[in-house]
Amino acid sequence: MKRHLISAADLSRADAVLILDTAEELAALADRPIKKLPTLRGRTVVNLFYEDSTRTRISFEAAAKRLSADVINFSAKGSSVAKGESLKDTALTLEAMGADAVVIRHGASGAAHRLASWVHGSVLNAGDGTHEHPTQALLDAFTIRRRLRGDGTPGARGAGLDGLRVTIVGDVLHSRVARSNVLLLSTLGAEVTLAAPPTLLPLAVGSWPCAVSYDLDAELPKSDVVMMLRVQQERMGAAYFPSVREYSRRYGLDAARMARLPEHAIVMHPGPMNRGVEIAADVADSVRSTIVEQVANGVTTRMAVLYLLLGGMEFPEVAQ
Amino acid sequence: MCAASSSVAGRDGSLGVLDAEEIRRALSRIAHEILERTRGGEQVILLGIPTRGVPLAQRLAALIAEFEGRKVPCGSLDVTMHRDDLRLHPARALHRTELPPDGVDGKTVVLVDDVLYSGRTVRAALDALNDLGRPRSVQLAVLVDRGHRELPIRADYVGKNLPTSQREVVHVQLTEVDGRDGVMISEEEGQS
Repeated sequence: MKRHLISAADLSRADAVLILDTAEELAALADRPIKKLPTLRGRTVVNLFYEDSTRTRISFEAAAKRLSADVINFSAKGSSVAKGESLKDTALTLEAMGADAVVIRHGASGAAHRLASWVHGSVLNAGDGTHEHPTQALLDAFTIRRRLRGDGTPGARGAGLDGLRVTIVGDVLHSRVARSNVLLLSTLGAEVTLAAPPTLLPLAVGSWPCAVSYDLDAELPKSDVVMMLRVQQERMGAAYFPSVREYSRRYGLDAARMARLPEHAIVMHPGPMNRGVEIAADVADSVRSTIVEQVANGVTTRMAVLYLLLGGMEFPEVAQ
Repeated sequence: MCAASSSVAGRDGSLGVLDAEEIRRALSRIAHEILERTRGGEQVILLGIPTRGVPLAQRLAALIAEFEGRKVPCGSLDVTMHRDDLRLHPARALHRTELPPDGVDGKTVVLVDDVLYSGRTVRAALDALNDLGRPRSVQLAVLVDRGHRELPIRADYVGKNLPTSQREVVHVQLTEVDGRDGVMISEEEGQS
């Protein structure tokens, strides 16, 4: 494992499987009377959030607390950032307060990478602009493996996602979740297909380790997993599709489309959902949907990452 | 089980201490002692400490079933997250903790491990157990006690007391994990 988790590309297959296996063992903690482990006692994790977030911030906070770390939450609103403090100065302040790990969400792609060169602790990317969101990809991989590879029995230990077909649908252009998932799922052996209108695909998509399709209906019958992405209207300056209604007709997952999926297939969504746009309400609430499970698995997976980055001996200092 | 003798020097100069037959006899004796001290295995749970404590606990449970016809619940207890030396090594992979469905509350828990040395693993196990419930009592069974305790911990059931020097390394091999049964001792510089 590397010292930081900036990109899903930083993870080798062995690293990723180790994280999933660790998460698998930690999952049992949720059923115990005392949902806490002493492992990170005395270590400090800072949640540095420049963008709004509900589940990711709470998930990281719960994960760190279940491992007995001290958590400091920082959100840009109501902080010195509002007075014009730069990311570097904020980072140095946190460093001086003795943060062992910084979890950062930032609107600018590459912010986590930049931060990693300024602080001594581990940096965990919790979403940087339209770039990456590696822990989301890890929790998605964990959810897929639990559902489709042995259902949490010890048999899934050590397993990848070989041969599984994952279709990622929608706003790939603005999605850090899509990029991280394409990288991680292909590392784990899954075959990933992106299904989206051409305007919502990045230019360099040809160099990604995945296939591309403009026709969702053709992809559904051969998918083991369908991952719906949120249409990120807040990041859209111009019009990427004629109307929300047209988008929903062609790329939204409704009950009729879900019926075209194989019987064992699951429906995923990283949240927050736009019900009625990319996913219909009855699909989101169906038994095939793993949306609530993904949230629970998020805590477990982030515990695994925090343990593996902070639980052992310190990583050797790398010359910058 | 066949009586494959391993009391010869191994290829790396290691010395066989227990062979398969001797391990079997030691475990039978421990199983009898557990029955004796717990009034026939009443309310007993065997918890093996991974890796090799787990198959040992399963073997003890099988022997108890054979001797007394009583099915003693058997599980595993991973102590990794409670160790005091986590910061001295890169983060370790976790093992499975699997408790019997009734839990440990009010039971007599017998922890099972292969080698008792510094006692730090057992301390971690006691801490881990503390988070899982409140057993009525906790006992410790080990296949080999090699001495050099660093904490006030002792075993209730010992397969073999093996006086060692701290420069020596004790290897326990079990069929379930290593493909064969045997306990070896070898000299290894810089290891403890």
